[in-house]
Amino acid sequence: MVNYILRRLAQAIPQLLLISLILFLLMQTFGDPIASLGRRTPPRPADRERLRRQLGLDQPVYMQYLVWLVGNDWMKIDMDGDGVAETPGKRLGVLRGDFGNSLISKRPVLKLITERIPNTLLLMVTAEIVIIIFSLVIGVYSAVEQYSFFDNLVTALSFVGYSMPIFLIALLSMYLFSLNFKEWGLPYLPTVGMFDPEVGRTPGQVALHMILPVFSLSVISIAGYSRYVRSSMLEILGLDYIRTARAKGLRDNLVVMRHALRNALLPFVTLVGLDIPFLLAGAVVTESIFGWPGTGRLFVERTAQSDFPVLMAILMMTAVAVVVFQLLTDIAYSYLDPRIRIE
Amino acid sequence: MTTTALSQPSSQPGDTGLIILNPWQLAWRRFRKHKMAVIALGGLILIFAYIWLGGLLFARGQCIPIHKYVTGEAYANCNDTSMKLKPPSGEHLFGTDTIGRDILARTIYGGQISLSIGIFAAVVEVIVGVLVGAISGYFGRWVDDILMRITEAMLIIPQLFLLIVLAKALGGKVPEIHIAGRTLSGSVIVIILVIGFTSWMYLARIVRANVLSLKELDYISASRALGVSDARIIFKHLLPNTIAPIIVSATLSVSGAILSEAYVSFLGLGVQTPTASWGNMLDSAVKYIQSAPWLWFFPGLLILLTVLCINFIGDGLRDALDPRSTRHI
Repeated sequence: MVNYILRRLAQAIPQLLLISLILFLLMQTFGDPIASLGRRTPPRPADRERLRRQLGLDQPVYMQYLVWLVGNDWMKIDMDGDGVAETPGKRLGVLRGDFGNSLISKRPVLKLITERIPNTLLLMVTAEIVIIIFSLVIGVYSAVEQYSFFDNLVTALSFVGYSMPIFLIALLSMYLFSLNFKEWGLPYLPTVGMFDPEVGRTPGQVALHMILPVFSLSVISIAGYSRYVRSSMLEILGLDYIRTARAKGLRDNLVVMRHALRNALLPFVTLVGLDIPFLLAGAVVTESIFGWPGTGRLFVERTAQSDFPVLMAILMMTAVAVVVFQLLTDIAYSYLDPRIRIE
Repeated sequence: MTTTALSQPSSQPGDTGLIILNPWQLAWRRFRKHKMAVIALGGLILIFAYIWLGGLLFARGQCIPIHKYVTGEAYANCNDTSMKLKPPSGEHLFGTDTIGRDILARTIYGGQISLSIGIFAAVVEVIVGVLVGAISGYFGRWVDDILMRITEAMLIIPQLFLLIVLAKALGGKVPEIHIAGRTLSGSVIVIILVIGFTSWMYLARIVRANVLSLKELDYISASRALGVSDARIIFKHLLPNTIAPIIVSATLSVSGAILSEAYVSFLGLGVQTPTASWGNMLDSAVKYIQSAPWLWFFPGLLILLTVLCINFIGDGLRDALDPRSTRHI
């Protein structure tokens, strides 16, 4: 087991390096981050030159990548532009946990992101719980009641849900539950932000503001997963051991929940585990629409500003999360299904 | 679903004639049994009719700023700021947008762009995916190792992130293009390539798995013994036998690509105006979510209907071409 984990990680490292190099090169073509510093663009070319030097943007691309990766505290850099390297570098590099400074706000990227991560996680974990509960309940029920009215209705709805762009769900739900409910004098949900600044950041406020984003994030996944649970439940319910269990006179609930569901859950675990990090992508659109201060919105904002240290950090953290979740999913699967042994 | 017998007794009693069906006819029979897929096929034909013929019917009128009677895409791009944000009316059935363009005409020409992006991006995806999968599966060893590691590396980053980064990196670098009398923003080509190159990975894995199992069969060994070239074995003997999953996944990638285009354009990094697409029509919709719901409702609905139809057709094709495969949705 330990061997397996080590081997998988060893395999992932070159992949992460490769992807980081490709992304880094792509971001070089984003346009000049100095030119797009917002309204605080230094007017004089000399200042611009100095700024480029300070940020290390005057270096060739491969040097910039190396500095990004391993830092530059082992060498001296030329800060004043006289051709003599005199100032010792301060960057530690990503491998030692230093993601550099934002080109726009000059703050450490790590700090910028760790401020946002809890917000995104709050949204994602809640959405994931909602997704798992609803897709299990809907999936199991429509498998047990196959071809009933409920099953057919859910089948139709899940196709619609699965074909919905997330922003359409977000816009529709915002339009209906927030704006129209307000107009009709009904209790309505807030649209943007994390809390009402007049009330402050209380748990109740945050929960209220989370309802619509979580709804938007979960609909598509529920539509897909509930189909998946349904088909794997149907497959299992047709097996001999279920007939045996029923023939013994076990209660129906017990057969479905204890005997069938447990086995039907196995592929579901894999599916959910592998998809969790990809919810982050859904969060990009959802957070942008609902003005949720998370990493997804940060990503969109910073893309417009070509702030590539921040973008690289978000991308690489996501990539590591994907790798870790793939590994955890494999381990969980082998633990849950004794027929699978990890070599 | 059980497969239909190769021959069916004809309906005439006493007639011993047999109807021999080729595999495509058999597939069509199975497809017809999937009612929703047939309805969806009809729906998709209607959508195609709307975007290819609708321009003749609805896209014509006086363009006041230039004092000219215009038709076609010129009408869709005609901005009359005195008419901005008008709700649906007899003159503008779907209303007008933030700078006074007719939304109905824009959904028609935007639909042409969105569907073309969907189809061409799927073509790019299928070419890359099939080539990578076939080469990887057929040659094995280090070729397989390298290609599969690259595939996995691509899968590590969620597609939307890749789309955003690539669209931003390539955006504005392709000049305007002129096709069939239309001037299109170069971003259309960029988006096609970007979507195609970020979505081939799953198809490559499917093709590779199929090629891996097929290449062990005797007829492939026989071809090799006869000295048939590798390329011919791949394209003549292996790929035709794995056509079913390729067709199914190509169909579903069209809907995936339409959604991807919508996401990227929604975030402002996709197709650039004045060229309309269903995605970029939604671009500024959030600001007008309540004051002008027609801005986002019509293009949003068209995206939903198109994607829904294609997904149903894909599902029907899966049943028809690949009866043994399990259905996920």
